Amino acid sequence: MNRIRRISDLLVNIWMRAGLYFLLALPVLIGVGLYWKAAPIIGGHSLRDLLFSRQWFPMKGEFGFMPFIYSSAYVTVLAFILSAPLCLFAAIYLTQFGKHRLLQVMLPVIDILAGIPSVVYGVWGVLVIVPAVAEYVAPLFGVASSGYSLLSGGIVLAVMCIPYMLNMLIEVFQTIPVGMKEASLSLGATHWEMVKHVIIRKGFPGILSAFGLGIAKAFGETIAVLMVVGNTLDISVSPFSPGYPLPALIANNYGEMMSIPDYDSALMFAALLLFVIILIINLFFRYFIHQTEKI
Amino acid sequence: MITYPVFSYQKAKRMVNHQEKQTPIIEIKGLNVRTREGEILKNINLKIPRNKIVVLLGPSGCGKTTLLKSLNRLTDLHKELQVSGEVLIDGVDILKVSRDLPAMRQKMGLLSQRPFPLPVSIYRNVAYGLKLKGIRNKDLIAHSVETNLKRVGLWDEVKNRLNSPANSLSIGQQQRLCLARGLAVKPAIILADEPTSALDPISTRIIENLFKELKEHYTIILVTHVLRQAVRLADHVVFMYYGDIIEQGHPDDILKHPKTEVLKKYLVDGN
Repeated sequence: MNRIRRISDLLVNIWMRAGLYFLLALPVLIGVGLYWKAAPIIGGHSLRDLLFSRQWFPMKGEFGFMPFIYSSAYVTVLAFILSAPLCLFAAIYLTQFGKHRLLQVMLPVIDILAGIPSVVYGVWGVLVIVPAVAEYVAPLFGVASSGYSLLSGGIVLAVMCIPYMLNMLIEVFQTIPVGMKEASLSLGATHWEMVKHVIIRKGFPGILSAFGLGIAKAFGETIAVLMVVGNTLDISVSPFSPGYPLPALIANNYGEMMSIPDYDSALMFAALLLFVIILIINLFFRYFIHQTEKI
Repeated sequence: MITYPVFSYQKAKRMVNHQEKQTPIIEIKGLNVRTREGEILKNINLKIPRNKIVVLLGPSGCGKTTLLKSLNRLTDLHKELQVSGEVLIDGVDILKVSRDLPAMRQKMGLLSQRPFPLPVSIYRNVAYGLKLKGIRNKDLIAHSVETNLKRVGLWDEVKNRLNSPANSLSIGQQQRLCLARGLAVKPAIILADEPTSALDPISTRIIENLFKELKEHYTIILVTHVLRQAVRLADHVVFMYYGDIIEQGHPDDILKHPKTEVLKKYLVDGN
């Protein structure tokens, strides 16, 4: 009996360790795989040209990724600006001011929003957001736009990020001890002062974490953005101009342009770029979370 | 000719002070707290005398903490609670005030079971309430921080690291910091909810001794289910059971000569 228990203990242990090591190795394997496939283009071009050149002429062997990086960053920042304050205040209201019943109603709604396939968001973007931007928003600013623009991409991405950020922020604010809120109120704080000094301050590492997750999600989102952003090579400050984010480049071209030399490798380089940028975003937020947790 | 008695100013002041001391600082009338599931406090009527340590005694779940939190309306944080009745703090019903609620709450310092320092430095924890009161003078704040940290015997331990995070202190130190933070806003009442339950015996003794000193100037309402603590500290004991006040009075009377079977049983089991 003891022997059987020992063996089952050992097997479970091995199984858990194997799973853990696999998970730890996975990002490394993905990174190495992408680098290996992107190696021809990295070897044939300078990294500076690849990252900062605006010239994208695959037929001539010119692969400047700047317009794609710019578009990705633009729609991500736009989505973040539109969604982060909304999520923050919604989470504060739901956990600190609203009735418990409201939160109970909202949680499944948030889960449903998170579960909607991104292609549905894309279709919604094409049918609602793109015409709204073309017919109402752009004319407000005296601009003519087809609606397929960075702004549309940002709006659709913002809506897609909301459930993830909101869910995480709600969890963060719910974990703050009631005793801490009571301490602040009993010292004479108003409800809002308590939220400002205790909830936001204590929850700050969690807020950063939620924002980091939102940004990473926005940066890597593909289908929905691809459907509304216009997919035109352009570097423009105007949110009404079309753009062409990195994930859209990969999704639009992979498997179709393989006859062009180095194109396959260029797309793998785009994937590697996405991977590295998301890694940097994560490390950046981890660093800040670590710093704020010390306070 | 009619002669009127002549009162000196001091005598008159003494009389007023005496009269004031006789009036309860808190008067609870018909307080009910309930949830959908049932009643937590049932028609509580209680007068809390000034400058005394009043101990709320009773088994877990009898409503002691809810009663304590009703006094400064922290029950507002628990939306499932329905509170009715009157809680008069110096004659003002806290359950009916709205705009003045933060100022009313400042009259009552709170000490919880576990210390909850705010997520700021030691210095800013003590200064927090003062800033909420609108005090901006840095010298005044610094003086108050030092005075109140000295009062709770923490100054020598933290004077060289006032800007360190408050949660870097030990639990006992954190509890004293929370007391100093509460005292800084000059409350009239200290609400203490089992403040020594998470502390070691030495820290417990420090807090208990502080309470004995502080009752000169403050009314202390202490929730505990430690009988020996009640005996050591109480001037007045209120025994609660299932949301009701069963007995109350001087500790010598009610702890040595309990009238009800419930209290007799509690004292036997508790001991």
